[in-house]
Amino acid sequence: MPYSIPKSATEIAPPPRSPWLDARQRFMRNRAAVISLAIMVLIALVCLVGPWLSPHAYDDTDWNQMGIGPTWDHWHLFGTDELGRDLLVRTLIGGRISLTVGVLATLVSVLLGVAWGAVAGFVGGKIDAFMMRIVDILYAIPYLLIAIMMVTILGRDFYLVVLTISAFSWMDMARVVRGQTLSIKSKEYIEAARAIGVPTHRIIFSHVVPNLLGIVVIYTSITVPGVILTESVLSFLGLGVQEPMTSWGVLIHDGANVMESSPWMIWFPGAALTLTLYCANFLGDGMRDALDPKTR
Amino acid sequence: MWKYTLRRILATLPTLLTVITVCYLMLHMTPGGPFDSERKVSAAVLANLQAKYHLDLPLWQQYLYYLNNLLHGDLGASFRYADWSVNDLVAKALPVSLLIGGLSMLIAVIAGVLLGIWAALRQNSWVDHTLMVFCNIGGSVPSFVIGPLLVTVFALWLHWLPSGGWNEGEWRFVVLPVTLLAVINLSTVGRVMRGSLIEVLSSTFILAARAKGLPMSTIVLRHALRPALIPVVSVLGPLAISSITAAVVTETWFSLPGLGKLIVNGASNRDYTLVLGLVVLVTFVAVLLNLLVDLAYALLDPKIRY
Repeated sequence: MPYSIPKSATEIAPPPRSPWLDARQRFMRNRAAVISLAIMVLIALVCLVGPWLSPHAYDDTDWNQMGIGPTWDHWHLFGTDELGRDLLVRTLIGGRISLTVGVLATLVSVLLGVAWGAVAGFVGGKIDAFMMRIVDILYAIPYLLIAIMMVTILGRDFYLVVLTISAFSWMDMARVVRGQTLSIKSKEYIEAARAIGVPTHRIIFSHVVPNLLGIVVIYTSITVPGVILTESVLSFLGLGVQEPMTSWGVLIHDGANVMESSPWMIWFPGAALTLTLYCANFLGDGMRDALDPKTR
Repeated sequence: MWKYTLRRILATLPTLLTVITVCYLMLHMTPGGPFDSERKVSAAVLANLQAKYHLDLPLWQQYLYYLNNLLHGDLGASFRYADWSVNDLVAKALPVSLLIGGLSMLIAVIAGVLLGIWAALRQNSWVDHTLMVFCNIGGSVPSFVIGPLLVTVFALWLHWLPSGGWNEGEWRFVVLPVTLLAVINLSTVGRVMRGSLIEVLSSTFILAARAKGLPMSTIVLRHALRPALIPVVSVLGPLAISSITAAVVTETWFSLPGLGKLIVNGASNRDYTLVLGLVVLVTFVAVLLNLLVDLAYALLDPKIRY
């Protein structure tokens, strides 16, 4: 006869719930965060698909319709700029660039921050102190000026902008991950892994890092709006991607110069950027409330 | 306290030295020298010029010369503006930035703390909700969108204030830039102040003070305020750094002749020495501000031992 679990135990015990399932439930209950997520997905989709559906190309000049306001004529729903380029398509293309920079720079800074923090926290001692000193130093630097300097010297290449932004966005992550690693390090299962002779790098990457995931997800979602904002600041100052390619910051920069005569040029990209940042902030708050063990 | 202060000052040196060194080396990687221009200069003149600016020496000696000049407060010569040293340019721009930055920070801290206290004491009232909505807007709408909004309303529609320019610091030209910077910082200070005061007010020693029958004003002023201010002070350092970003945007947007405008112009003119000088100067100011915040923090928080 096969062994069977005593009935009473299965009936008394609540159904098993993973912490991730818990977090998802908490997130779904947060209406502002869910709506923000939906809006962000929508913006990303429209930016991705929209330019293909439009009859205009982002660098095409419509000679008969230069510098006109929003109109149904020829589908210039957002109007055109002084070169007759359709602003709707340019806003969508700009959104592609801004969001791509946001995703790439976040990815780079998350990888760097997690690796840095996990190693510092796990190894400890003098190496930890040294690595955290570097983080402290980077914290005290007015990063925008260094970014301006790097772009000045190295040129206004797309990937360079991504790297410049990432270089100053990973320190929060490193600090938090280090703190969390320190607390994980003292847990029994790490001691057990040590005792059976698992090498340090395997302990870090297969035992410590997975347990850091919650806090990494929180800080990733907090990094996104900051990174998008930095890109648009650089572009607004005239140091972002170059014409005819564009981003929301570049469009706002261009629109700001002709604000009095053609106000639509600044308000459409400005609204797109603001809406995205607003949603990204709410999303970050929602993630934190859902995943932070302290709020349980 | 003196030992602690000294230690904190020494701790800032690596930061400064790292920034200076990295930027100096980056500058050196740029192709071309300062005297490569279309106008042909004779070899003898070029050699003289290079000797004058120590460009004929090996890199490490040039670097030491640069450090020595920095110690004497000399930021070097400008690459583009002939006859101007970086010091001259800074001397003209610094007062503008200090006025705008200082005034807006003062307003932001005072108003932020007062509004934060008000909202915390009337939690969930209309005051609280209005302030939180305001902080949300100030916190997530970028400065270069708030700036155009302010200009549209107050300059283009109402015609109360000029839309940009400096005009030797006449007050009408100062109002909008200061408002813009103050709004952004105020939203951070107000949010932190509200949050920390609410937390302090729910702690047991406040309950004890209430049970003793102390009036609310005494509780807030004598007992709750000091611990509640600690997070506010700790946020001032990062805030100062992020205000530098906002200040650069503000000065560019309102065409103010300050440091931010200078560095953006320098960057688009590829005026390397000017950009390097400004980076060093602003880093120095930022490090100094962080140091002051740290010391203020140590005075306020009895848990910090020195």
